[in-house]
Amino acid sequence: MTKRWISLYVENQIGVLAKISGLFSGKSYNLESLTVGPTGNETISRVTIGLISDDATFEQVKKQLSRCVEVITVIDFTNKPILIKELMFIKIKNCTAEHKNQLFQIAQTYQVSPVDYGKNSLILECVLTEAQNDHLIKLLNSLFGECEVVRGGSVAIESI
Amino acid sequence: MQIKGTELFVKALNHEGVDTLFAYPGSYDMDILDTLYQQNDIEVILPRHEQGLIHAADGYARSTGKTGVCLVTSGPGATNLVTGIATANYDSVPLVCFTGQVSTNLIGNDAFQEVDIIGITRPICKYGITVRHREDLGRIIKEAFYIAASGRPGPVVIDLPKDMMIAMGDDAYPETASIRGYKPNAGVHNGQLNKVVKMLKAAKKPLFLIGGGVHTAAAGTSLTKLVNQTKVPVVTTIMGKGAIDTANPLYIGNLGMHGIYAANMAVNHCDLLISIGTRFNDRITGRLDTFATHAKIIHIDIDPASISKNIKVDVPIVSDAKTAIDALLEMTDCCEQQEWIHEIYDHLAADHNAAAKESSLPQKIIQQINTLFKDVIVVTDVGQHQMWAAAHLHLSNRKKLLTSGGLGTMGYGLPAAIGASLGNPDKQIICISGDGGMQMNIQELATATAYELPIIICIFNNSYLGMVRQWQQLFYDKRYACTCLRKKKSCQEQCQGPGLQCPEYSPDFIKLAESYGAYGIRVHHPNDINAAFLKAMNNKDAPTVIEFIIDSEELVLPMVRGGQSLENMILDY
Repeated sequence: MTKRWISLYVENQIGVLAKISGLFSGKSYNLESLTVGPTGNETISRVTIGLISDDATFEQVKKQLSRCVEVITVIDFTNKPILIKELMFIKIKNCTAEHKNQLFQIAQTYQVSPVDYGKNSLILECVLTEAQNDHLIKLLNSLFGECEVVRGGSVAIESI
Repeated sequence: MQIKGTELFVKALNHEGVDTLFAYPGSYDMDILDTLYQQNDIEVILPRHEQGLIHAADGYARSTGKTGVCLVTSGPGATNLVTGIATANYDSVPLVCFTGQVSTNLIGNDAFQEVDIIGITRPICKYGITVRHREDLGRIIKEAFYIAASGRPGPVVIDLPKDMMIAMGDDAYPETASIRGYKPNAGVHNGQLNKVVKMLKAAKKPLFLIGGGVHTAAAGTSLTKLVNQTKVPVVTTIMGKGAIDTANPLYIGNLGMHGIYAANMAVNHCDLLISIGTRFNDRITGRLDTFATHAKIIHIDIDPASISKNIKVDVPIVSDAKTAIDALLEMTDCCEQQEWIHEIYDHLAADHNAAAKESSLPQKIIQQINTLFKDVIVVTDVGQHQMWAAAHLHLSNRKKLLTSGGLGTMGYGLPAAIGASLGNPDKQIICISGDGGMQMNIQELATATAYELPIIICIFNNSYLGMVRQWQQLFYDKRYACTCLRKKKSCQEQCQGPGLQCPEYSPDFIKLAESYGAYGIRVHHPNDINAAFLKAMNNKDAPTVIEFIIDSEELVLPMVRGGQSLENMILDY
């Protein structure tokens, strides 16, 4: 079982996202993350999918996606140099002044940005890889108790 | 010129060469039916239930090679299509299903008879879309027919909101469809075919495994030439049976759960398996890690996703069956393997001995069909009778079998036979059904009678849901849960299994047939089979129901238990 990344160009139509996510649930494929957004061409959307599978299942996933009339192209990122990032906001509550100082140091170290600031709380904007975000959540939870997390799912593009 | 949506709909069907439309009216397709009423090019058939309707369109499509077309209303009309859509999807049958829908401004309001049929059918059809703009109507219908019939064929669902159908708009209907995300494979990779030729030369025990894809591609004649040229023996799936004449000496039989012993042995002993147009369904392979373990496997299929899905293959070839077979015909020559053929013939002798020993009533009925009918389409339902038919029917260019192979849909037989009869008025259509499956769409007897279709409907009545009963007998210690169709409330306590003490069967199929205006004949003894068929053949103005009373404990043998190796066949019980 390996973590894999693929990207799709799909028709920007009602129901296409349901078709793709339904394919994963219907065929018991292990979907880890899925992001979708418009492209420069308003009739086409771009989807980034992270999944965990063995080699044979991964081949099936790609074939089944290609088979969908609404899917224009399937790009397999395996063994390709890619840029990949995930946007995450993390809200740390009940902060003391000392906590906040510590958070600014953490932000500097991890190259994430404090983007909002209240009397007792602070929000970090993190554009990191999925693994780095995982690590940061673990760290902040251990230091400050349960933090509020929202993650956007990864987007990836082939390097130049 | 500006025309109504319904008028463009009818124009589109005319352009697509649709001569028969299976339709059922309701609030949201009556505008279309009103326009159809005012023309004569398309015959509109009215079945008695939407499930029967779509199976009829399916039978029409399978038996004519054309695309079957359905028109139903929204809500329950649309949801009643679901089983038929899944049936067509699993067996790669081209259908275009038009469903009425509430007006676009009402969608999402839980309006009367509103359902999200595109959402409901998304995982079981090849493509589905709602028409949301009148200017898209022509393009969407054009694409629907193109998608349904090309590549690996399948059902397409087009949802037609009422306002789209009454709105005025352009009368243009596109000549061609071009879809950027859908480019079915054309041609075949010659490098891969060269590998096949080399492997075929080197093989000592080559074998063809033929599936329904060969029928879909109309590649039967090409396959027969290839088999005769290479002298490689052939086994088929149920869906593939008849692709080559069953009388051809190189034809062995069906493989799989209810295949014959010789076919299963051939697969497990061959050293090269050339499979064409099959997806290696679990009913075919049995236990996967024991399937064809001595063989290199070549897989030719139009659908890339069918290749290496269940069985890891050595040489994948994405191609239409006919294209690939025709190319192989040019590249191969004779590679006769007498020893291998004799090895298979030895196994076949065992099958023939077992068959001769049993020769049960069901088998005798099928044999009689083989003898009496020269130009025939046999349509089965699902269950024991289907397996007897699939095993014992002789098929050829003029003798075809239609059956729900992939989904195994009870209730398919009678309506599909109606579709086949409408599409093939010059052929004798025989429906073989069980007493269970017959009652799942029995209302279609009214359709068959209304259209004066001389279908011969054979009901194999063993008073049980026989296939499940067989499993209960063999694997569930004779606990006949929910399979007895004679059981009444009053006999619950003292039931000892089937016997003389059982209540009368209900309904009386003969009286029922007669009440619909069909003919009815009941047969108890093998000696009466011939006369019943001869009588039925002369009934030209209405269908004839022949009810064959079958012993309740009749078994379909040989069989492989689910999940077991094909080697472990139960031959005798």
